[in-house]
Amino acid sequence: MDLKQLYQDIILEHGKSPRNFGKCEKYTHQAKGYNPLCGDKVQVYLKINNEKKVENLTFEGSGCAISVASTSIMTELVKGKSIEISKKIVIDFLNMIKSKTEIKSNDLGEDEKIKVMSLSGVKRYPMRVKCATLAWHTLSSAIEGKKREINTEVID
Amino acid sequence: MDIEQIKSQFPIFSKKIKNKPLVYLDSSNSAQKPINVIKSLDNFYKNEFSNIGRSIYSLSVSATNKYEETRLSIKNFINAKSKDEIIFTKNATESINLVASTFGQKFIKKGDEILITELEHHSNYVPWHYLRIAKGAIIKFVPINDDGDIILEKFKELITSKTKIIAVTHLSNVTGTIVPLKDVIEIAHKKNIPVLVDGCQSAPHIKVDVQDLDCDFYAISCHKVYGPTGVGILYGKKKWLEQLPPYIGGGGMINEVKKDDISYAPLPEKYEAGTMPTAEVIAFNESINFIQSIGIHNIMQHEKELTNYTLDKLKKINSVNIVGNPKNKAGVISFTIKGIHPHDISTILDEDGVAIRAGQHCCQILHERLNLVATARASIGIYNTKEDIDILCKAIENCRKVFGKK
Repeated sequence: MDLKQLYQDIILEHGKSPRNFGKCEKYTHQAKGYNPLCGDKVQVYLKINNEKKVENLTFEGSGCAISVASTSIMTELVKGKSIEISKKIVIDFLNMIKSKTEIKSNDLGEDEKIKVMSLSGVKRYPMRVKCATLAWHTLSSAIEGKKREINTEVID
Repeated sequence: MDIEQIKSQFPIFSKKIKNKPLVYLDSSNSAQKPINVIKSLDNFYKNEFSNIGRSIYSLSVSATNKYEETRLSIKNFINAKSKDEIIFTKNATESINLVASTFGQKFIKKGDEILITELEHHSNYVPWHYLRIAKGAIIKFVPINDDGDIILEKFKELITSKTKIIAVTHLSNVTGTIVPLKDVIEIAHKKNIPVLVDGCQSAPHIKVDVQDLDCDFYAISCHKVYGPTGVGILYGKKKWLEQLPPYIGGGGMINEVKKDDISYAPLPEKYEAGTMPTAEVIAFNESINFIQSIGIHNIMQHEKELTNYTLDKLKKINSVNIVGNPKNKAGVISFTIKGIHPHDISTILDEDGVAIRAGQHCCQILHERLNLVATARASIGIYNTKEDIDILCKAIENCRKVFGKK
């Protein structure tokens, strides 16, 4: 049963056919993330417009089903939202993965919450948490305009 | 040979993982410990503990004798000429660092070349990289072919008048390639170049005879040889160890200390500064006894048979791809499954009590060469049975099912 909770259909589906994959045109922000434990690499590209809205968000990289699905779901959730709300969603997600059972967020619709909750099973697998969080940390870094590559061994 | 009887000497196999018997297929990473090794550690701390070295009292003399008995056993185990050629270290990584650092200090100048191979574990690359930074040395890589065999012709071509040392693994921890060391060493010695061998993967699984190989240095990690963590071995020919400078400085490695000068102890103490992992060294003697009670040739035969069995069974599973196909292969079997990342494989196999490793196995150069992001690796130890492999294959089938593959 545990396995089914980790590898829900939605995760397998996103892992197999990730959304928003590739480098988007005219991106304004980008950042790289690396998990030296498994060699997973991710690069996120954001196009932030004059109204401080995430007009486009795409990614490139390779990784396990958990990390690809997490990144894919992240792009769907954040695309179209303002920077301020995007930042809050990242924090809400990381809180969910680390401790809370449910995602507490005023910024996500019910459908979006269900989608992101599919990743909550990863909590039972401490060695896999970093797979799920890599892209989200990388997105934060891109929004903040930080130059340094995100490394899962350096962040908490 | 009764593998069940051998397995029963390992207490860990009476434990259950997620309510299932443990199928341990990660011996390349570290081997499990037989009861006599565990008992020895326990007994030493309970009944015999004392620091070794220069103390006069009987407890210390007895501990010192036991510590030296292990050295003698290792000398015989790898057929070294003298027990002074056996240095205790923390692990094979430290053994290689010792040679890279001291050899580098004495013999490497700017523009000198160090030859390693694309098969090497990071522990046989990073220490040499330090010499690239500190001394301006050049590191060259002997290429491998797609099967995972080193290309001997290229190896010959890469040796120049600037080549100062060659460092090569005996057995790859990814492809299981057994390197034709005698050829490598013969070629190197014709040009008077010393050879360091990373023997981490070979020592527990194949016969090691350092005199027959004629290698100059040989590094071993005892925890992979059914022994305790915290102990490694550096074998070095006396002619090298005598002329190389000391490595770690401190108590026990000195001869005479004055305000204006220090002279060093003879071998092997010259390289054993500070309090060593005494209980672990003494317990390692039991690991050698364990191996010798089975016989290295019996171990080789059993593991060869099981390797072939594993390869045959894995090849029959759809979309499983075995990494490398070397001429001479030991029980290290890396594989990929199309469409399933190795980390997902490992997580799912763990549910069935199957312990394998997933990732790059400290071999990023090799993975890059083989165009692989990561691999899953099943590696065999003396306690593994055909039943273990059957459970592995079933777990892989389950893994494919989770991912909706037919």
